[in-house]
Amino acid sequence: MKPREETGAQAVRNESGLEIKPVYTATDVESSGGGGGIGAPGEFPFTRGIHKDMYRKRPWTMRQYAGFGRPEETNERFRYLVAHGQTGLNVAFDLPTQVGLDSDDPAAQGEVGRVGMAVDTLRDFEIAFAGIDLNEITVSLTINGSAAILMAMYFAMAAKRGYAIGQLRGTAQNDILKEFIGRGTWIFPVEPSIKLVGDTILYCAEKAPLYSPVSVCGYHIRESGADPVQEMAYAFCIAKAYIDHVLGRGLHIDDFASRLSFNFDIHGNLFEQVAKFRAGRRLWAKIVKDQYHPQDPRSMWLRMIAGGGGGGLTIEQPENNIVRSAYYALISALSGTQTMALCCYDEAYTIPSERAARIALRTMQILIEEMGLCDTVDPLAGSYYVETLTNQMEQRICAVMSELEAQGGIVSAIAAGRIQDVVSRQAFERQRKLESGEIRKVGVNCYRMDAEERPPVEFHPFKEEVCAEQIERLERIRSERDNAKVAGALQTVRADAKAGRNVMPSIIAAVEAYATVGELTQCLVEEYGRYEEPTRF
Amino acid sequence: MKTEQKKVRVLFAKPGLDGHDVGAKVVVRSLMEAGFDVIYTGLRKTPEEIVRRAHAERVDVLGLSILSGSHLPICRRIKTLFEEQGRGDILWLVGGNIPDRDHEELTKLGVDGVFSVGTPLQSIVDFIHERVS
Repeated sequence: MKPREETGAQAVRNESGLEIKPVYTATDVESSGGGGGIGAPGEFPFTRGIHKDMYRKRPWTMRQYAGFGRPEETNERFRYLVAHGQTGLNVAFDLPTQVGLDSDDPAAQGEVGRVGMAVDTLRDFEIAFAGIDLNEITVSLTINGSAAILMAMYFAMAAKRGYAIGQLRGTAQNDILKEFIGRGTWIFPVEPSIKLVGDTILYCAEKAPLYSPVSVCGYHIRESGADPVQEMAYAFCIAKAYIDHVLGRGLHIDDFASRLSFNFDIHGNLFEQVAKFRAGRRLWAKIVKDQYHPQDPRSMWLRMIAGGGGGGLTIEQPENNIVRSAYYALISALSGTQTMALCCYDEAYTIPSERAARIALRTMQILIEEMGLCDTVDPLAGSYYVETLTNQMEQRICAVMSELEAQGGIVSAIAAGRIQDVVSRQAFERQRKLESGEIRKVGVNCYRMDAEERPPVEFHPFKEEVCAEQIERLERIRSERDNAKVAGALQTVRADAKAGRNVMPSIIAAVEAYATVGELTQCLVEEYGRYEEPTRF
Repeated sequence: MKTEQKKVRVLFAKPGLDGHDVGAKVVVRSLMEAGFDVIYTGLRKTPEEIVRRAHAERVDVLGLSILSGSHLPICRRIKTLFEEQGRGDILWLVGGNIPDRDHEELTKLGVDGVFSVGTPLQSIVDFIHERVS
């Protein structure tokens, strides 16, 4: 094993390419350009946080990603997490649900209930959330391509249980543009996909004003190879694309902007990440203020879930991931996140075990209860290093955005596969640097053990019979429901899609009649078509 | 037998519904850089589409990247299709999130090389060089 080289004389750069000095002083902060200063917490430009009291008032929401098998199995895991102190839910759906297929579709074979919960109809939502108080525990749906349908199911389920939709809180990921860059659960072509996101924003602005219809994800773009600056820049460009779209359909910025949220990734250099979030918060506030002229200060808030860091975790020596996740959680707390979710240490192997999920939850609880992270707002403010880096990161993010906008904007860049090309090239370069040892990774290219022991990972038992049971339920519902009513409801969805009307009301009516995810997706595909992925290198 | 002039042809595919293609694209780039002629299918291809394409493009190597855990059902289907339609000399590789315990079954299905997450890129290139000549 090569020892770490001395870095005294050589230039040290962070992942975003900024040169890091051995010592920072007040002069560095001044000369790096403050862009209007950091201000006070809860005040424009919100560098220090979107709330005055931050975690003094309420710690971040703890929202571990969970879901597998049928809704019954998932409900059991939800109850387990809530019983152990989790304050929000973050639902994982299986791949057929994510790409709009029913469990009995031939293309769904082998995938039902595997990486998340299987959903075919409203009945599945009724089972998954049974016994969960939706006012007490807010629910985040990690769904994109089929988001309009799954959001409709959530609203229909909540209404059936007597919740007022106008008071309902929660989040849908529903950021389709990033799916074309990373994660890959797109269904429709780019333009109608944006229109569908627009439909959900318009619907929520009118009927569910406390619900967050979109969580714009830098996370998956970073996981696909973007550096921290690109992560923020691309996410902001995507958020602007949604904003411009719905403004074009008649909304005012204050009708919805306060309910937009973001999802960011944490791995790598601690200070770079903290600066990334502080810079991002300030820049986003300025962008919204200067370009969209809101009256409501909340429209300028960068609300975020931050954590995860899957790309930073390793399959080698997996227990080290417990330590990495704890640092990511610390970064997230130091950065003023609203919600935190951590990857579990065994996620490179399997669906997290109960034990691994509990350790991730305890990691956050230890920060809250033992480490003083909730005592004061933005504790790194005023650090010469962090403030300088915050200024520099803001300028970099701004520059990447300007460059992209000058080239015609993010939507055309994604449609042509240009962003995909940039990030996948970087992912390749990064892999090469990991293999050459230029980027050091503990347990991977340094501090390896001669005979790597097999890790103490408990594999999640995937039950093949779960799929058969899910299909049986689907068949039963198809035979018991009012099929004339379903056919009529689907016809309305198709007509609304064809006419360019908002499809949310008719999708909700259809799911209430127990139309399936696959049937609804098929209706929309008939009008919108399917996305063709650019695959040339 | 390959002559010096003929490049090794590789079909690199993402079967099933899994959308995680970072690793697939990294491997595709490294194979291209190693001088192979690589066709990347993109996401969500069925075993039928993949086998048909492998034959139509007369490839020497078929690489599959699967991270969703559905590698066994997918590879069972591909084995059946190979049995029905012939396999020729196609070298069959599978990579991604493949637990150790499944390596043996994949080998029994006819997979020539299993490359789990963490495999150095060069060892995939070397394996192909060694086996396709």
